[in-house]
Amino acid sequence: MSTVEPRNTGERHSYDVVVVGAGGAGLRAAIAAHDAGARTAIVCKSLLGKAHTVMAEGGIAAAMGNAWPEDNWKVHFRDTMRGGKMLNNWRMAQLHAQEAPDRVLELEEWGALFDRTNDGLISQRDFGGHRYARLAHVGDRTGLEMIRTLQQRAVALGIDVFMECTITEILKDGDRVAGAFGYWRESGRLITFEAPSVVLATGGIGKSFKVTSNSWEYTGDGHALAVRAGASLINMEFVQFHPTGMVWPPSVRGILVTESVRGDGGVLKNSEGRRFMFDYIPDFFKAETADSIEEADRWYTDKKNNRRPPELLPRDEVARAINSEVKAGRGTPHGGIYLDIASRRDPEYIMRRLPSMYHQFKELADVDITKEPMEIGPTCHYVMGGVEVDPDTAVSIVPGLYAAGEVAGGMHGSNRLGGNSLSDLLVFGRRAGLNAAYYAARTHDAPVTVDEDAVVAAADAALAPFSEEGGENPYSVQKDLQEVMHTLVGIIRTAEELEQALGEIEKLAERSRHLTVEGNRQYNPGWHLAIDLQNMLWVSECIAKAALTRTESRGGHTRDDYPMTDQDWGTKNIVLRRHDDSVELAIQPLPQMPAELKALFEEK
Amino acid sequence: MGYNLSMRLWRGDVDGGSLADFTVEVEEGEVVLDAIHRVQATQAGDLAVRWNCKAGKCGSCSAEINGRPKLMCMTRLSEYDQSETITVTPLRTFPVIKDLVTDVSFNYEKAKEVPAFAPTAPDADGKRRMSQVDVERGQEFRKCIECFLCQDTCHVVRDHEENKPAFAGPRFFLRYAELDMHPLDTNDRRKLAQSAAGLSMCNITKCCTEVCPEHIKITDNAIIPMKERVVDRKYDPLVWLGSKIFRRDQREEV
Repeated sequence: MSTVEPRNTGERHSYDVVVVGAGGAGLRAAIAAHDAGARTAIVCKSLLGKAHTVMAEGGIAAAMGNAWPEDNWKVHFRDTMRGGKMLNNWRMAQLHAQEAPDRVLELEEWGALFDRTNDGLISQRDFGGHRYARLAHVGDRTGLEMIRTLQQRAVALGIDVFMECTITEILKDGDRVAGAFGYWRESGRLITFEAPSVVLATGGIGKSFKVTSNSWEYTGDGHALAVRAGASLINMEFVQFHPTGMVWPPSVRGILVTESVRGDGGVLKNSEGRRFMFDYIPDFFKAETADSIEEADRWYTDKKNNRRPPELLPRDEVARAINSEVKAGRGTPHGGIYLDIASRRDPEYIMRRLPSMYHQFKELADVDITKEPMEIGPTCHYVMGGVEVDPDTAVSIVPGLYAAGEVAGGMHGSNRLGGNSLSDLLVFGRRAGLNAAYYAARTHDAPVTVDEDAVVAAADAALAPFSEEGGENPYSVQKDLQEVMHTLVGIIRTAEELEQALGEIEKLAERSRHLTVEGNRQYNPGWHLAIDLQNMLWVSECIAKAALTRTESRGGHTRDDYPMTDQDWGTKNIVLRRHDDSVELAIQPLPQMPAELKALFEEK
Repeated sequence: MGYNLSMRLWRGDVDGGSLADFTVEVEEGEVVLDAIHRVQATQAGDLAVRWNCKAGKCGSCSAEINGRPKLMCMTRLSEYDQSETITVTPLRTFPVIKDLVTDVSFNYEKAKEVPAFAPTAPDADGKRRMSQVDVERGQEFRKCIECFLCQDTCHVVRDHEENKPAFAGPRFFLRYAELDMHPLDTNDRRKLAQSAAGLSMCNITKCCTEVCPEHIKITDNAIIPMKERVVDRKYDPLVWLGSKIFRRDQREEV
C-alpha cells in the first residue's frame, strides 16, 4: 500500500503511436509515424537531444560507393553477416544493407553536414570488419550530427515530445497493446498514454556492468518492458565489449575511444612495444588480413594491393586479444593496452580527423594524443540481443508492440560491426514508425481500451519504494549488480561463474524488493534508480541464463570452458520469455537464408 | 591518492533553498560529477542532478562551479586545491526545479521558432555536392552540445528576465548562422535573426564564447558575421538599391 498520496493517475493522453526513447531509432520512428499520418508522441527519460546516440563517433555504415565504386549492398550484407558470425537474422541484415544509403541521403536532405570527398560527395571512412571505406561521418562526432538533425526535423514537424518522462509499464487490452504508463521526473506525477501502437526505442543494457561506455539511461528498460508485456527476447548472451574504452583516470573508465582511431592509422601495442594483433588473427579472417607489419602499413596508402591491418578485425576479436595480453601481464600500468596514433600520423592529421578524441583525452585525462599513446581496454558497449521482431515491420510477437535500434535483436547476430548501429537506427527506426502507424490506422474500427486495474497496479509498483522504511539503498544494490556482471558475466565466461552469477542476481532481486528511498517524488534520482533497477535485474538474469545455455564461443560471447565455435549452435537462437515471474528459455532454429543470398558467401 | 573533499551544494526547489555542506572521499583523477555522484549514493539519495554521458558530449550536467558556468563531468578536481571547498549551484538564468536541476524549457521553446532547413534541388544525378571547406563553417556550429552554458552566462538574459521573450540567445544565433552558412539552404533568415531572435540586443561581450565547452567561437564566427550581414543589407543604400534593381538576392526571406 502506498502511503505517500492518493493514486492520482489522472493525466491522460491519447495517440496513435507512442515512441519510447528519443535516440536515433526513436526520433526516426516518430518522424516516420508522423509522416504516415499518425498522431505521434515521443516519450524520453532525458531532455531531448541527450540520448546515447550523441556518443556515437565513427560514422554511419552505408554502401554508397562514394569512396569505392565496388561497394554495394551485397558486400555490406556479406560483411555484416560475417561480422555477426552468421547468426544475424539474414532478412534484417539484407534490408539494412539495402536501405542504409537512402537513410543517409535523407539526413543530408534534412540539413546534416557530412564530411565530403574531393568531388563533393559524402566522405566514407574505414572501420573494422567493413571491406571498403563505408562510414559516412562528421569528423568523429557523427552521432551528435545524426541526433541533432533528427531532433531538428522532429521539432520542425511539430511532433509532441514528453521529456524527462519515464515509462514503467506497457498497458494491454487483452493480447494487444493499449498504451503505456509512466511518471514525470520533474514532479513525480503519474501519466498514462492510450495508444494502439508503442514503439520501443530504448537502447541498451550497459549500466548493468561496471565498466561501460553507456550513459545512465541504459538500464534495459525496453527489454524488460517487452518481456513483461509478453514479447520474446533473442540471444541476450551476445554483449559487445568495445575493445577501446579509456582506462585512466578512474572518472572516465569505460568511456569510448572511437574505432576511427584505428581506421585512421592507430595501432595497438603491449607494454613490450609489440604490435600484438598479428598473433590473434583467426582462421576465419586470415585471407583478408595482413600477416606482416609491412603489409599492414602499406594498406593505409594502397588499399587495393594490400590486406587490412589486424587492428581492424571485428570488435570481438580485438577485445579478446587485448584481454589476453593484459592477462598475460603485458598490459599498461592501469590495466589496459596502448593505442598509438601519435607516432604514425602528424598532429595536423590527428586534429582534423579526430578532433573530439583529442579534446576528450586532453580535457579528461590530460593526455595529448598527438604526442602520446592512449591507454585503452575493453568496455561494455552494446547488446546484440534484444526484442525478437519481424524483420520487415519491426513488430514483436505482441500486436502493437514494435522495437527498433539496440533494444531489438537479430540484426547484428553475435557481434555488431562498428558503424552498423547508426544505420540500424535509421533503417529500422523508420520501418518501426511506419508500421506502427499503419497498424494504428487498422485499429480505428476496434479501438483499444486501457485496463484500469493495470493502471492502478502500475502506479502501485512505481510508488512502492516510498512505502518501505529501513530497506536498502538502491545505489548499493546497483553497485553490487555491476560488480557481479563485470566479474562473472563479462568478456570471458564459464559455467561455474555464470551459475554463481545467477545465484547472486537472485539475491540482489530479493534485496531489490525492499528498497527505501529518501525524499519526495519531485526529481528524485534515488527513486528513479529504484525503478530502473528492476529492469536491470531482469535483463541481467536473461543475459546470464542465455550465456550459460550457449555452450560455445561466438562473437560477443566467449566461454572459457567451450572455447570453440560450434557449428551446431550456429543454427540456433536462444529465446527468452516470461513465465509467471521467471525467465523461460527455449531454443529456436535460425531463419533459413535463401539460395541467392547464400551464394554471396561462396564467391571470393 | 584519495582525500576528503569539502563541497557546498545548493539544495532546494522553486520555493527556495540554501547551500548544504558535504564532505566526501574522492580519488585522484576524478571530476566534480564523480564527487556529486558519491554524495548521492552515500549521503543524499534524492539529490537532483542531470547527467547522461559523463564525457562532455551530451551537455546535460551544466552547473555553476565556484560561480563559473561549467560542465560537471569536464571539471577535474585537480583544478582545485585539495583544501579548497568546491561550491556547486544550479544555472542562474533558468528557474530551479530542484537542487542542481533547472527548467531549461526556454531553450526548447526558442528552438521551435527557428525556421526549418530548406534545401535547393539536388544535382541532375540526384546527388548533392558540397566542398569540405564550405561544410566546415557550419560544422563548427553543429558541434554545439546544447549544454546552454552560453545561454546561462549571457548577461542579456542572466540579469534581465524581461528580455527572454525577445531574445533567443547565443545558442540560437549559432543555429541561425549555421543555417545561413549552409551551402544548400535557400532561406534568408537575416531579418528574423535581427527581429524575432533579438540579434541586435547582443553587444558582443564574448561571455558566451568564453564558457563554451566545445570551444566554438560563437561571437567571432557566428554572431559578428550575422550582424555584419544584417547591417550590410539593412543600412547600405547601394546594397539595398542593387538588390532591388538587379534582384541580386533571390533567397526567400522567412
